Amino acid sequence: MFVAFFLDLRRAGLPVSLTEYLTLLEALKQRVCDPSIENFYFLSRAALVKDERHIDKFDRVFGHAFRGLAAVEDPYAEIPEEWLRKLAEKFLSPEEMARVQALGGFDALMQRLRDLLQEQKERHQGGNRFIGTAGTSPFGAYGYNPEGIRIGQDQSRHRKAVKVWDRREFRNLDDDVEVGVRNIQVALRRLRKFARQGAASELDLPGTISATARNAGYLDLQLVPERHNTVKVLLLLDIGGSMDDHVRACAELFTACRSEFKHLESFYFHNCIYESLWRDNTRRFKDRTPTLDVLRTYPTDYKLIFVGDAAMSPYELIQRGGSVEHWNEEPGAVWLQRVLSVYPHAVWLNPLQESVWLHYDSIQMVHKLVGGRMFPLTLAGLDAAIRELNH
Amino acid sequence: MKFTGTDSYVATPDLMVAVNASVTLGRPLLVKGEPGTGKTILAEEIARALGRPLIRWHIKSTTKAQHGLYEYDAVARLRDSQLGDARVHDIQNYIVRGKLWDAFVSDQRPVLLIDEIDKADIEFPNDLLHELDRMEFFVYETRQTVVAQQRPIVVITSNNEKELPDAFLRRCFFHYIRFPDAPTMARIVAVHYPTLRAELLREALTVFYELREVQGLKKRPSTSELLDWIRLLEADGVPPDALRRGGERGMPVLYGALLKSEQDVLLTEMALSQARNRGRG
Repeated sequence: MFVAFFLDLRRAGLPVSLTEYLTLLEALKQRVCDPSIENFYFLSRAALVKDERHIDKFDRVFGHAFRGLAAVEDPYAEIPEEWLRKLAEKFLSPEEMARVQALGGFDALMQRLRDLLQEQKERHQGGNRFIGTAGTSPFGAYGYNPEGIRIGQDQSRHRKAVKVWDRREFRNLDDDVEVGVRNIQVALRRLRKFARQGAASELDLPGTISATARNAGYLDLQLVPERHNTVKVLLLLDIGGSMDDHVRACAELFTACRSEFKHLESFYFHNCIYESLWRDNTRRFKDRTPTLDVLRTYPTDYKLIFVGDAAMSPYELIQRGGSVEHWNEEPGAVWLQRVLSVYPHAVWLNPLQESVWLHYDSIQMVHKLVGGRMFPLTLAGLDAAIRELNH
Repeated sequence: MKFTGTDSYVATPDLMVAVNASVTLGRPLLVKGEPGTGKTILAEEIARALGRPLIRWHIKSTTKAQHGLYEYDAVARLRDSQLGDARVHDIQNYIVRGKLWDAFVSDQRPVLLIDEIDKADIEFPNDLLHELDRMEFFVYETRQTVVAQQRPIVVITSNNEKELPDAFLRRCFFHYIRFPDAPTMARIVAVHYPTLRAELLREALTVFYELREVQGLKKRPSTSELLDWIRLLEADGVPPDALRRGGERGMPVLYGALLKSEQDVLLTEMALSQARNRGRG
């Protein structure tokens, strides 16, 4: 009955299965709720979506399938409010601003902006990444604002009341948006795998009692191997420069890691790894640790996680003395390769959106250096990174 | 038999549809949502609204699926055998029923709450797949199959600490309880404090949602905290205009009921004073 809708959902990447589709049909047959489009939406959502991160995608497909709305092709082609404010400063003269304020504040301002953007679209057919003119930065540079104002959708509000699925209230639970502490913790738990290693050497007291009891009172000793947490992590965080925007995200990652592992060593670097690292960013110039010492201290079974935007001058990677802070005898790429050769399990987490990676030469170079193991700092990216580390 | 909320629980339409679908089809309902949005209470209210007994099974990190079915108390049997108790010859005496067993043999169709399923081991949901699907299990010690008299209404809550396996999810209905918006919240408060003055409620909700807007709070105040706070406000007889003015250092009156950590209090103080300065400037 709703096969097309079902297939649309699958095409949009929702993990819906035949079982769930049949459940939905059964529920409809049993008349679980009064027939209305709204109830049908609720019912199909409860039956088909099993993760709040997918509800937003579901809403979009539902809106498309049952309202004939134009599907939003790029979910991030929505304009963050901050960006709009900047745009306002750019496009509106002070007089205009004052006039708009007099007209009725921000809503009216939005309307004016919408008109301006309409013209804008005509001039910029090609790219939905670059919206501004006059050489504004890539769209992603301001990040995705979950509270962002949806220009396109706002217009439909003038036609009719916004439906539940059109409000897209679950947007900030989508797993492609950047992560908060909790999300990271959920993802990092994957990495925390406990394993029993080695020979059976520890007396298993409950096991012995249980086996003895089962044996009708004749002693039956049980042994188990000792329990180790096998996961050790070496965390290298980029700080300063272009990373300042992302320091918060990194700090969150850092706090999340702290409680997850027993063996976690973290060091800071700036832009790229050179001959020394530091543990405490407030004492970065006084208290440095030579990188070679780090490589010697922590054995190769440590899993290496870089966190950095890798946005730097390409010279920092390929040239002696290319560092922005000091004179380096060897180029960054050499150091990076050296570190990577010690730790076979390594990933690079990049807080920049994946879509802008292409615009930076240095990201491309680092991407190549880490053997393609660069992942965006999103929940999906973290999942992929952790799968990679577990190989 | 339709669930439409109760006099003490406000159910949104989407929640009602999800609950009714799961009741009618006899499939488990998986409920997620921010802490303090009433996930656990939902099961109690379903039981109350439909007049069913409620069986609670609280999951801890050490809980095994087997605990829900039955346990073989071998230690008791060992002790009895040492003491020469006659009971020792019948293994039946040492089979301790679990919650699922209780639910399966209940005379009335019960509501079974499996609370915080994500606390348990990652394999836990998988171990319950068959039992929840077929509503039956086999007791090896006594060679007996326990079959549900009627499919219990199963409500499962999760806080997202672990991902649940797909096979498990496919068998459930799912509902995510969103944090209530202001009108829904007003209804929720009205259910708990029917005599509360409208003016006080309006001011309290304004302050409450303002607090929730503060960026970076460790623990954003939730429904249960709001209800506690309103109880305090009522008990102290705080007038609505005092709420609007705020207490010492510009913080809301009796903020201790809403903010539970020192850091959050400091953060809020800063955010509120900034907001006021902006308002003035």
